[in-house]
Amino acid sequence: MIGVQLEKLVAEAPAGVEEALALADGFDDALVHGLARMNDVQAAAVAALAGALGASPLGPAAAEAAAKIASGSVSEEHLVALAGARTAVFGAVHDALLAHLDGALGRERDAWEAAPQAPSGDALAGSRSWLQELAITGWRGVGDELVSAADQTLETLWDAPATRGTAMLLDGLAAELRAASPIATMDVVPARRWADLWARALLARPVAARPAETVSGRLLPLGVEVQEHGTAVQMVMHAVLETGGATRLVRTSVAAPKVDTIVGPAVWRLLHRYPLFLKAVAEHRCVEVTGLPLTAGGDLLWSEEGAAIRAATDPFVTARVQLAQATAPAVPPLDRHPVRIAEPVLLEDYSVADGVLTLHGHGLALDLDRLPAGGSVTPELVAASTACIGLLRWDGRWSLQVLGARGKVKRTEVEAHNGDWAQGPTDPKVLKAEARTGDAVAVLRERAGRLLRK
Amino acid sequence: MLDSQESAARERRSTVRVVPPVRPRKLAKVPFVELADGRLQGVVSSGSDIARVYVSSVAAGSRTFSCSTNNNRPCGGLRGAPCKHLQALVAEAVLQYGKERVARYLRVEAGPDDDLVRLLDGGQESAQAAVVFSRFLRHLSYLELPDTTEPVAEMHWFPAMGTP
Ligand SMILES: [Zn+2]
Repeated sequence: MIGVQLEKLVAEAPAGVEEALALADGFDDALVHGLARMNDVQAAAVAALAGALGASPLGPAAAEAAAKIASGSVSEEHLVALAGARTAVFGAVHDALLAHLDGALGRERDAWEAAPQAPSGDALAGSRSWLQELAITGWRGVGDELVSAADQTLETLWDAPATRGTAMLLDGLAAELRAASPIATMDVVPARRWADLWARALLARPVAARPAETVSGRLLPLGVEVQEHGTAVQMVMHAVLETGGATRLVRTSVAAPKVDTIVGPAVWRLLHRYPLFLKAVAEHRCVEVTGLPLTAGGDLLWSEEGAAIRAATDPFVTARVQLAQATAPAVPPLDRHPVRIAEPVLLEDYSVADGVLTLHGHGLALDLDRLPAGGSVTPELVAASTACIGLLRWDGRWSLQVLGARGKVKRTEVEAHNGDWAQGPTDPKVLKAEARTGDAVAVLRERAGRLLRK
Repeated sequence: MLDSQESAARERRSTVRVVPPVRPRKLAKVPFVELADGRLQGVVSSGSDIARVYVSSVAAGSRTFSCSTNNNRPCGGLRGAPCKHLQALVAEAVLQYGKERVARYLRVEAGPDDDLVRLLDGGQESAQAAVVFSRFLRHLSYLELPDTTEPVAEMHWFPAMGTP
């Protein structure tokens, strides 16, 4: 990414984003207090959100839902209509932001052409009735008992592959509601975040990822991001895929359930069934993939059987040589939300001060919060870096999530990437700390082996 | 108190940290600790019998405490004052969550030099060990669930966040 691209990205903002988000904010505030007892201001805000969809196919149902809910009838059907309206607003914001980003970077992107998939069964009915209770009660009114009411539903959602994503999401939400207790007196309720999670779960349908094609070729890693909460972790490798003439941006990932006491570099141990994935990540190996499914959304479904480890690569070279010509994948309709924007970029010859990266006089905020705890990429390295690979993200403003960085720390050239410790920490200090706390995964597996099967 | 810019950021962002970070600790002695349902509660491995565990808990507010085996047999070490299992539970909770968070949850006024266990003056009560024990088994069962290489788009809302 060069100076003029950054200038285009941050100096102009796509029109209408602020206004659209203001509509969602009104609804989110109503959800904080509960939809069962809205005051006039909140009812007007909900009606405004529905009204914004006036001419679209969702419009009439949303308007009816807003009116019915204002009169005190908070049915599941009406909530789904309003969640749909809110999701459509974020979808439009997402599209505007992504088009703006693609324009600034000159990035080509595939169009979404896959036909919608029919859901199988209705395994999410229990989850929807819990979400309905939450909406009736409002975040401020949620207590431990209502949170625990989701436990049983969650167990069944974890069991089926098609609902596992929703299980991970709801588990994360439930843990946050528990940690924030008592929410009634909480300083600031994370209104947008919880409404996001609520709407996403309410609209979820049991659908498995359907591959659009199978591909073979060379996979060149750019970097890896860590996504985690108390009971789940997902490692997402961003990479360039070369398949007979075409160069594409793809992601490939492994996700595993966990518990909250498995933290820091220890989380990599949960992926022990994927040694080749871990090797590729830790050693920046080129991977020759054979017959792997690729979804229309750009997700390559990893399989150890379809992967062969080849030579070590330099992610900075991959980024410099391949990023400009790689085609980005389309975004699946349900995933159109600004939180999903994560575009790999390479930045060089910039300066860093106070958490802002400056290139040719244009600043980009560094999302240093997103560096995984106890990882090898530190805020100090990022501050001292002169080159980095990161993901462009948007959450109210553009920011950069760093995946790997290179720079001079105390006069020595240092390079670090998020996945450096995928096969175990290499830093003696971190190894020592790990030896002190012991292998959390092994201890808990032993306890599970002894106590669970009795 | 947060300043207004920071509160606006928390209110109107899709990704903010809500759950405070958990610090790594040795799990062998106290494999499970949680602040839930108005209690600090958890499971303590028996020092003598590898197949036995104790369920210990402290109620927020009243500061009453209990300890028994997972089969509901009362703990012999509990005679009006917190036993060694309760002491271990509190010590590990402090490691995991930090003393301030544990004290706030239990509604105990604790100064920087106070030992939390000494402030548990509510006396003994009998509590349902079975509920806590089944929560522990549920906790362990997460490690038995399958991993997946199917993409989980929902996890974009949960970026790993370093310790602040
Ligand atoms: Zn005891």
